[in-house]
Amino acid sequence: MSVDTATVRHVARLARLQMSDAEVAALVPELNNILGWVEQLAEVNTDGVEPLTAVIDQKLRLRDDVIDDGNVRDAVLLNAPDAQHGFFAVPKVIE
Amino acid sequence: MAELTSLTLAELRDGFRAGTFSAREIAEGYNAAVAASKTLNAYTVTTPEDALAAADTADSDRQRDALMPLSGIPLGIKDLFATAGTDTTAGSNILKGFKPPYESTVTANLRRAGAGMLGKLNMDEFAMGSSNETSAYGPVISPWKRNDGGNAALTPGGSSGGSAAAVAAGLAPGVTGTDTGGSIRQPAAFTGISGIKPTYGRCSRWGIVSFASSLDQAGPMARTVRDCAILLEAMAGFDPKDSTSLDFPVPNWEAGLSSDLKGKRIGIPKEYRIDGVPDEINALWDRGIEWLKDAGAEPVLISLPHTKYALPTYYIIAPAEASSNLARYDGVRYGIREEGSGGLEGMYAATRAAGFGAEVKRRIMIGTYVLSAGFYDAYFTKAQRVRALIKQDFRKAFESCDLILTPTAPSAAFGLNEKMSDPLAMYLNDVFAVPASLAGLPAMSVPGGLDAQGLPLGLHLIGNELDEQGVLNAGLAIEERAGFTARPKKWW
Repeated sequence: MSVDTATVRHVARLARLQMSDAEVAALVPELNNILGWVEQLAEVNTDGVEPLTAVIDQKLRLRDDVIDDGNVRDAVLLNAPDAQHGFFAVPKVIE
Repeated sequence: MAELTSLTLAELRDGFRAGTFSAREIAEGYNAAVAASKTLNAYTVTTPEDALAAADTADSDRQRDALMPLSGIPLGIKDLFATAGTDTTAGSNILKGFKPPYESTVTANLRRAGAGMLGKLNMDEFAMGSSNETSAYGPVISPWKRNDGGNAALTPGGSSGGSAAAVAAGLAPGVTGTDTGGSIRQPAAFTGISGIKPTYGRCSRWGIVSFASSLDQAGPMARTVRDCAILLEAMAGFDPKDSTSLDFPVPNWEAGLSSDLKGKRIGIPKEYRIDGVPDEINALWDRGIEWLKDAGAEPVLISLPHTKYALPTYYIIAPAEASSNLARYDGVRYGIREEGSGGLEGMYAATRAAGFGAEVKRRIMIGTYVLSAGFYDAYFTKAQRVRALIKQDFRKAFESCDLILTPTAPSAAFGLNEKMSDPLAMYLNDVFAVPASLAGLPAMSVPGGLDAQGLPLGLHLIGNELDEQGVLNAGLAIEERAGFTARPKKWW
């Protein structure tokens, strides 16, 4: 499989990365190079092998469904580029 | 008190306890060394007041006989750890100015053990890099120089490049690092220091900026194996805030140190003799085998048949997890914001374009591609299956050996700009380190010697799950026999 400029633009859109034409053009050969290299995994027989999701065997713990902090609104908003009236502010999304 | 900065962490601790010097003298010595080292670019932020405050507490605790394990010890902290009220940027422009209102569990553990903080250490952006050149703060310059009379600036390795350079240059007696695919071990090897990545889950990831969550693991870097044991003991421990944290007691690794390896079988994986690796690296590996034999161990040839596939597996899984983890940087909750055009989505895209560097964008793109519809199974699921085989290889190998010895990196430190133009060549630097990361195993680099250019080379020990003690002990056996005392000559 190889990627072209249209694919790179599409992936950039999915990744929410604004890219200039020059950046897209530069990424096409770079991604193809890397993807071509990782494609050697196709030669490994993985029939019947379960995908590994937890590297150390253990059950995912669930914590008790209780509030253990809270009332930290100001701390949560502390680093927001824009906060108004105790909320994160973003550009208008509804006309 | 310049000479204090040449002592090991254990010597500082013991000298402070014995009353030979005060914690304040230690902190002042290191603060001065840090302030005089700006050329190296190892620290992104310095916190001399923090180190002094912890030192004063340690000095008064000594009066009251209430000392903690790290009382009197100032540390450097990789900029991937959230430190309350102090800039935490992961080496990225997108987090410029971010001051977390919370403290990572690992650094909180270190503080509870009495340590102070000298500052935050430079690193590859979001820990993505093997040379520290992707940092938004610019590269760290290694304190080491080649002995060829040239004056080339060398990399300290990455991503924990600032951490490695700080220890090697005497700008901290010990530091925190993080390792996703070798980011503790490769820089330790490049700078002639020791560093251990523990079993995945030993150290809490809570409050460490995420790169690839199934791989990321914190660990210490320091001058000696003993210093690493002391630091790891203070960093590790169960944390209910990290669902992958291991609920096991932390062993007394320092007390358990022993370089007597009688009865231990050391696995030598035949697949790690890789074409194109310099003879010097293989010769050092052979010396390492002799040293472990001298310590009583028996070398056995083992096979890790899927070794060849570890790097491509890593470069699918790590970017995939990164693309998902880095989705949180959107200009809303923290960091920078670029308004862009096109409403909310336009703001996201503009913010991320302005905030991320080229390598981070490259990996987000690979990760997004391999997770995208139509490619998910062919790339991501396939890589997870191969990862299972790599894990299985190690499981089988540990039926016939107790530990595995390999070189840490395929070369000594390279020059800045030498590999930046070729991402694949850069990725290959982690060829020996990545398999243990994929398998979640404890692994350590200890200095083994110098190459013909006078640059440090590291030996790499991989242990079975939870066997940090075995790794540290074999590391100690090598340390005692290698007699590595070389230090970079001060030029900065």
